[in-house]
Amino acid sequence: MHGIIDLTIFQILLAYIFVLILLAIVKARGIKREKEIIIASLRMTLQLVLVGYILVYIFNNPSPFITVLIIFIMESFAIYTVLKRFSEGLFPAFKRVIVFSMSTGTIACIFYFLFLVVQVSPWYDPQYFIPIAGMLIGNSMTGISLGVKSLLEGMKTQKNLVEEALVLGATPQAATKKIVDDSFDAAIMPTINSMLGMGIVFLPGMMTGQILSGTAPTTAIAYQIAIMLGILGAVALSVFVMLQLGYRTFFNKEDQLFYDLF
Amino acid sequence: MFEFVNVKYKEIVDLPSFCIEEGKVTTLVGQSGSGKTTILKLLNKMISPTQGKVLFKGKDLKEINSVLHRRNVVMLTQNSAIFPGTIRDNLNIGLMFQEKKEADDEVLKQILKKIMLSKDLDAPVATLSGGEKQRLALGRLLLLNPEVYLLDEPSSALDDETEEIIIKMLIEHVHIYNKTIIMVTHSKNIAEKYSDTIIEVERGRIAGRREVNARHH
Repeated sequence: MHGIIDLTIFQILLAYIFVLILLAIVKARGIKREKEIIIASLRMTLQLVLVGYILVYIFNNPSPFITVLIIFIMESFAIYTVLKRFSEGLFPAFKRVIVFSMSTGTIACIFYFLFLVVQVSPWYDPQYFIPIAGMLIGNSMTGISLGVKSLLEGMKTQKNLVEEALVLGATPQAATKKIVDDSFDAAIMPTINSMLGMGIVFLPGMMTGQILSGTAPTTAIAYQIAIMLGILGAVALSVFVMLQLGYRTFFNKEDQLFYDLF
Repeated sequence: MFEFVNVKYKEIVDLPSFCIEEGKVTTLVGQSGSGKTTILKLLNKMISPTQGKVLFKGKDLKEINSVLHRRNVVMLTQNSAIFPGTIRDNLNIGLMFQEKKEADDEVLKQILKKIMLSKDLDAPVATLSGGEKQRLALGRLLLLNPEVYLLDEPSSALDDETEEIIIKMLIEHVHIYNKTIIMVTHSKNIAEKYSDTIIEVERGRIAGRREVNARHH
């Protein structure tokens, strides 16, 4: 195995040709997207440069405090993204469920993965903690978003069936079982699909990155398998907790539907 | 059996104290939007009064478990929802919700006969007409054999002739097993012919109450 070719600034600039090509195309076709393309390219560059330097600092000065702070920032950003996406349809009790399920689901999996699977030492080693936490949180965020969307839509479109089940003597749990199961399915499907296509349809980003940086493909694959299972666990756990607590927020203590919520 | 004590629900109903008797057929009549359905929903605890209380056999409904109460006081909703699947699925689903054993096909066929639905148990519900769906929902209720039947427009989708037969069957069933019916109907004919008590509801208030003794056995 030989090490990675360090890219010079000139080499990176050559890659920006692709942005210029895209700009030329949209300009020629009269598609008004120039501004967004320029902003996106600049933001991508700036954000990554910044993160690069931050990571260099963190890796050189590992500290449990900084690791925890980073996890907290990632977690907050992910939760904020989900809440913002559904700002219209969410009521306070449901928002609390999202915050709770995102944080407990992902944190439980992160710790399990780092301490029992990878066995990192010291526990706060940022080289492992940050990228792995990022992947688990990022994927859970997508899963939770899909689950929330499906639950909200299901409760809205199948409200008459839920109500019918209640008047026939069903518990709220039985009345919403189908909606909750369908939502769980919708939330974990992308993860299952990506597992199916992995290695054949595409090489996952993490693995590609490791291989480029000189890691043996077999090691990269071992990590990829483990992280994929970790992602599956984090998505499933956080979505499961969200749905189990979430459906209940549509009912009051008397097992009555909150009619004015939706 | 039921006693309303100065019940208010939001701005929809404002009711004085009144009773609904056990083993009788009580009918609520009045224009749409007058609060009849709201009264039914207060009876099976789908909603709770914002003021006052509803008693069931002398006990405040607040102290009774909602789900268990709804298994005893079952409601036929207006435009009852039919679940995807077959006729058998829809008859059994009530039993499933109440955590009871599924019924044998023989029992289900008897129910189909009672509600005059000459269809196969395996027939998909998607092919049923509005009136057939309404009768299927009624069959689902009969199978549950509750103590109290709350019926919201049980015959709205039926033609006059079927309506007469179905309601008559229902009233007979209730008398044989000594059950209670509380029903909302637009049909003057049904109300006069089969009720023991008619309560007239107007703009969320009770406008009149009449005992009728013209019971047809």
